[in-house]
Order: sequence, then structure tokens, then C-alpha cells
Amino acid sequence: MKHWRLYFKQNQGLLVAIGLFLFFYGAYSSLHPQGFTAALFNQNSNECFALVMAAMAQTIPVLTGGLDLSVGAILTLVNCLASELLGGTAVENAIGFAACLLAGLACGFCNGCLVVYGRLQPIIATLASSAIFIGIALFIRPTPGGTVNGDLAFAMTYDLNEALMAVGLSGLSGSLAWCGQIPTTVFFALLMALIWTFFKRTQFGLEAYAIGASAEAAFMSGVQVKRAKLIAYSLAGFFAGVGGLYLALQTSSGNANIPQASAYTLNSIAAVVIGGTSLYGGMGGAIGSIFGALVLRSVAFNFRVIDEQSALGFLANPLYQPLVEGVVLLAAVSIGAFWVFRIKNRLEIFK
Amino acid sequence: MSFAVLSQQLRRRAQRTEKSIWYTLASIGLILLVGSAYTLSTDGTLSFLMPNYLLQQMKIASFLGIAATGMMLVILLGHIDLSLPWVLATSAMLATAVGGWVALPYGLCIGAFVGLLNGLGVAYLRVPSMIFTLGMNTVLKGLMVVFTGGFAPRSEAPEWMEVLAVGTMLGIPNSLFVWTAIGIAVVFILTKTPFGRYVYAVGNQEQAVFLSGVRTPWIIVGAFVLCGICAAVTGMLLAGFSHKAYQAMGDDYLMPAIAAVVIGGTNILGGRGTYMGTVLGTITIVLLSSMLSVMQMPEAGRQIIYGAVIIGMLLVYGRQEEH
Repeated sequence: MKHWRLYFKQNQGLLVAIGLFLFFYGAYSSLHPQGFTAALFNQNSNECFALVMAAMAQTIPVLTGGLDLSVGAILTLVNCLASELLGGTAVENAIGFAACLLAGLACGFCNGCLVVYGRLQPIIATLASSAIFIGIALFIRPTPGGTVNGDLAFAMTYDLNEALMAVGLSGLSGSLAWCGQIPTTVFFALLMALIWTFFKRTQFGLEAYAIGASAEAAFMSGVQVKRAKLIAYSLAGFFAGVGGLYLALQTSSGNANIPQASAYTLNSIAAVVIGGTSLYGGMGGAIGSIFGALVLRSVAFNFRVIDEQSALGFLANPLYQPLVEGVVLLAAVSIGAFWVFRIKNRLEIFK
Repeated sequence: MSFAVLSQQLRRRAQRTEKSIWYTLASIGLILLVGSAYTLSTDGTLSFLMPNYLLQQMKIASFLGIAATGMMLVILLGHIDLSLPWVLATSAMLATAVGGWVALPYGLCIGAFVGLLNGLGVAYLRVPSMIFTLGMNTVLKGLMVVFTGGFAPRSEAPEWMEVLAVGTMLGIPNSLFVWTAIGIAVVFILTKTPFGRYVYAVGNQEQAVFLSGVRTPWIIVGAFVLCGICAAVTGMLLAGFSHKAYQAMGDDYLMPAIAAVVIGGTNILGGRGTYMGTVLGTITIVLLSSMLSVMQMPEAGRQIIYGAVIIGMLLVYGRQEEH
């Protein structure tokens, strides 16, 4: 009994995020004229995936007590790179795929170097590096466009059956037929969640948490702070790169759009907070951020289906969308902050 | 920590602040030099050193400079205000909608009110400023989208805004006078009033300030209110500059404002920095982007150089001490 309570307490943020997601997405799919169908789920998961990756990417530096304001820029850079590299033959595409992932990793590594060896504040270092990444993205793709191999894009952004057929196997049938309809993105997300879980259980993951909780204490206990931070920022770059790669597959093009990049960065921070990760570091995890991103997206989905005649009908007006998104974000973080009124020792509120 | 060590550290900090000022001055000189060399080689003029050009740049710099002033106050506390773009746009839009002289107090009140909300959220709810002001930015954007219906507002800027923004007095742009007035006021607040000293103190060690009997939440709220007012002034000047307020008018000001403050030697974690540094940082950034546009650098190159300059300058003098 007791350890359940402890578990709930430790994972409060994650559980709240899952609850919010189920609520908003449930509302959306029940309001949707066609109801919850495989095609709808597929479309929605495709719309969510890039932000989910940005949120996962943001989580890791945040856990170390830092921040990565270049998540959106790395995503955009890899998006543009992919639109250049994924339009050829199968072999070329495979190489391009690897190159895109490496590019993301390399961008993250550069951020890590600036923070670790440059000893710059993460906020300002990644703010400056994001300008450089956007510049490179604009250099690769001054105007939106590019080509992505259609078959590849289709296999990657549709369902499991399609992906299996693309590699020459037959689709699932019989009792497993429903599995074949699961969107490919869900498998990607699971794969990324596995990578994250693996990272979290390695020494480096533990070290990232330790640094976020107290850099001095971690250093004193023999944590190699520099190495752990380098790995954390590199992994963040990798996740952001996956998001950018996916965005290229989804839209079949690259677009070095600065407002879009900063929207991804800012939404990723919001998703991290909603997912229960502390911006002061040391607490939370990327699984929470996945659901944080899903909450943000599913709130937006609801605007499409809300009944104009109902009490909340004015929300069907797309003009209200940014306002409600902002209010939801502010309300979420403010409600999460009510612990301040419960503490007895006022010194505890100063972090 | 013995007294000798402490005083040595303080001296080192003071030297570092000075260092940032020398480096920003040097980089301003370098930018002017490179710009002049470019214009000399292309059309044989020295337009980068002409008083007209410099005054024109100072006019543009004063918009960024006022925004950076507010941002600096908040950064000195160890916080950040990401709502700057839409505080700026909101007060400009609503003030131009009202029109006339009433627009001035009206716009300022909007800025102060949003700053107050930010401050209350950060100081009393203890929400990290980064996320609270980000949410506030989205809310304001949403409000303005509803208010304008998603289009640029029709109303034109009242005459006094245009006079302040583009007019000149004795050949000097009026906006520069506004910046100077705000700058003097802020320097006075920061160095001569208890509030200003507490801003630095809170940025260094909030707990200690609280324990010595200061109502630290009020300090935080005050700084955010001032930041909101500065953003509102920038917004109204910009509306005067372009004759009207428009959507996204503030989006190009957030990152440059933060960069100007940080290049000027203010510690992003708070507690350290001078206003002189912020002024020089602002001028550096404005001259840099002006030089790049005179050179007709494509957007890609501009972004890369912009980022590289910030990183380069901070690597020279903005590094943290090693454990």
C-alpha cells in the first residue's frame, strides 16, 4: 500500500499529464463525426510526432538543470537536410537517413561543447547556436520545398501494414490484423521511449538526474559532470533530429521557417512542464514530456470538432484558439504551483 | 570564505564587468571599421562614419534599447521575460485603437498590468518565469487575435507617437531622448534606490535578502512591472515608427533584447551587470545587423554571423568560473 502511494507521489506529473491527455483526446474523438477510427488516429499521431520528439529532446537538458533553446532550430535544420537527401534511390535514402540522424546528434554535441567547454549559460549558448542552426538551414533551403521519396514517406507515415509491405513482407492478417492498423509513428515513439528508458538506466542517465538535483553534490560524489552534460545535450540533439527527419517525411518537404522553429522550441518547454519535469532540474522524465506534448496537441484538436451550437461554441471560431491554448498553459502551470500555499517553512519556497 | 578571498572575488567581478564594456566598445569599433572598408571599396564613400547614418542607427537602437532596459531589470533578478513580444504588440495595438493623448497612459497601464500579472505569478506562485511569461505571451497573442480578428488593426498611430518615434529635435532623433530619459531613470533606480540594490541582491541570493527582512516578492513584482512598462514604450514608439501597430511587431525584439543584455556583460543568472553594458550591447547588435544588411548578406549568412558573434563575444568574457 505504502509503496503505491510513493509511486503516485513520485509520478504525479506524469499521471496528471496522462489523465489530461485521455480527457482531451477522449473528448475530441467522441465529438468527431466519424468517431475514433484507425485513419483518424493515424492522422493525429502523425501531427503529434514532431512535437513529441522536440519535447523529449528538451527534457534531457532540463533534467540536468539547463535548457535547450535550439531544439526547434535543430529540428528545422534536419528537416531541411532531409528534404535534400531523401529524394533518391533506396541506398541513397538509407545514407541520407543516417546522415540526418548524425546531423542532429552533431548539433546537440556542439551545444554540449558550448555549455561544457565554453562554460556558457545553457540558455544563452543555445539561443546563439539556434541562430547558427537556422542560418545553416536557410543556407540549405532558402525557399520551402525539396523532394522526399514518396514510397519512403508513405511507409514511414502510414500504418504497420504499409511499412511491412514496403520492406517486401505481407501485411498482418488473422487475429493480429488490428495490429497492422497501428500507425508507424506509434512504433517510432515506442522505439524512442525505449532509447530514453535505456539512457535513463545507464550511468549517464543517472548522472544527468544527479547534476540537475545538485551539480556540486554530483561533482563531489565523483560524477563526471562534463561527460554527462555532453551526452545529455547530444542525445537532445538526436531526438530533435528525429523530429526534423519525421517532419520532412510527413510534409515531403523542408522549410526553414523561423517562427515555426521558435514555436517548436517554446511548445517543447511547455510540454516538458506539463509532463511533470521540473525546470530546476533533477525531477521528471521524457515519458511525461511525451504526454505533455500530446496534451498540447489534443487541446488544439478539440477546436476542430467542437459543436458551434453548444455552450462552448464560440471556441469553434479558430480566432479563439491561441487564446485558449495560452490559458490552458497558464492554468496548468499555476495549478501545479499551488504547493507554495501548503508549505509551512517559507524558506523552502526559495529554490 | 575568508575576507581576503571575498574581496579578491569581488574585485575580479568588477574587472570582468569592465572587461565586457571594453570588448563591446572594441567590437562596435570593429563593425564600423569593417562597414566603412566595405562601403569604401564598393562605392568609395564612408557612409558608416557619417553622422546621419549613425543618428539613424541610434534611432533604431533606441527601440531595442528600451526593450532591453526592461529585460535587463528582470535578468538581474535571475528571471527572464518571454512575454516581451506580445506585451509590446498588445500595448501598441490597444493604444493606437484608443488614439489621442489618452493612448499614452493607456498603453503604459497595459504594460504595467501585464508586468504585474507576470510578477505575481513568478513571485507568489513561484512558477519559473520562463514558463509563466511564455504562457502570458500566448494569452496576449490570443487576446489580440480575437481583438483584431487576425488582421492588422486599421487604426493609425496618433501623431505624438510618430513625433516621438521619427521626429527630431536639434537634429537628434526624439526616440533617442526617450531612451536617454528611461536610461537615466533606470540607472538612478538601480544605483541610488533601495529597490535597485535589492534587485541585484535578489539576483545573487534571494534567501539571504528575504531573511534580512526585505519583502523579496515585491522586488520581483516591481521589476516585472518596470519591464512591462519598457515593453509598452517600445511598442508605442514602434507603432509611431511604422504609422500603425501590427501583428507580430514584437517578434523580432525578444532574442535581440536578451542578446543585448547578455553581450553587455549582465549575468543571465542574475545579480551582476551594468546599464552601460546593456547600452553598448544594444548598439553592437543594431550596428551588426545594419552592417550585414548594407553588405546585402543573405538571411542565412546573417543568422550564422549573428549567432557566431554572440558566442564568440561570450566565449571571450562571458564564461562562468569553473568549479
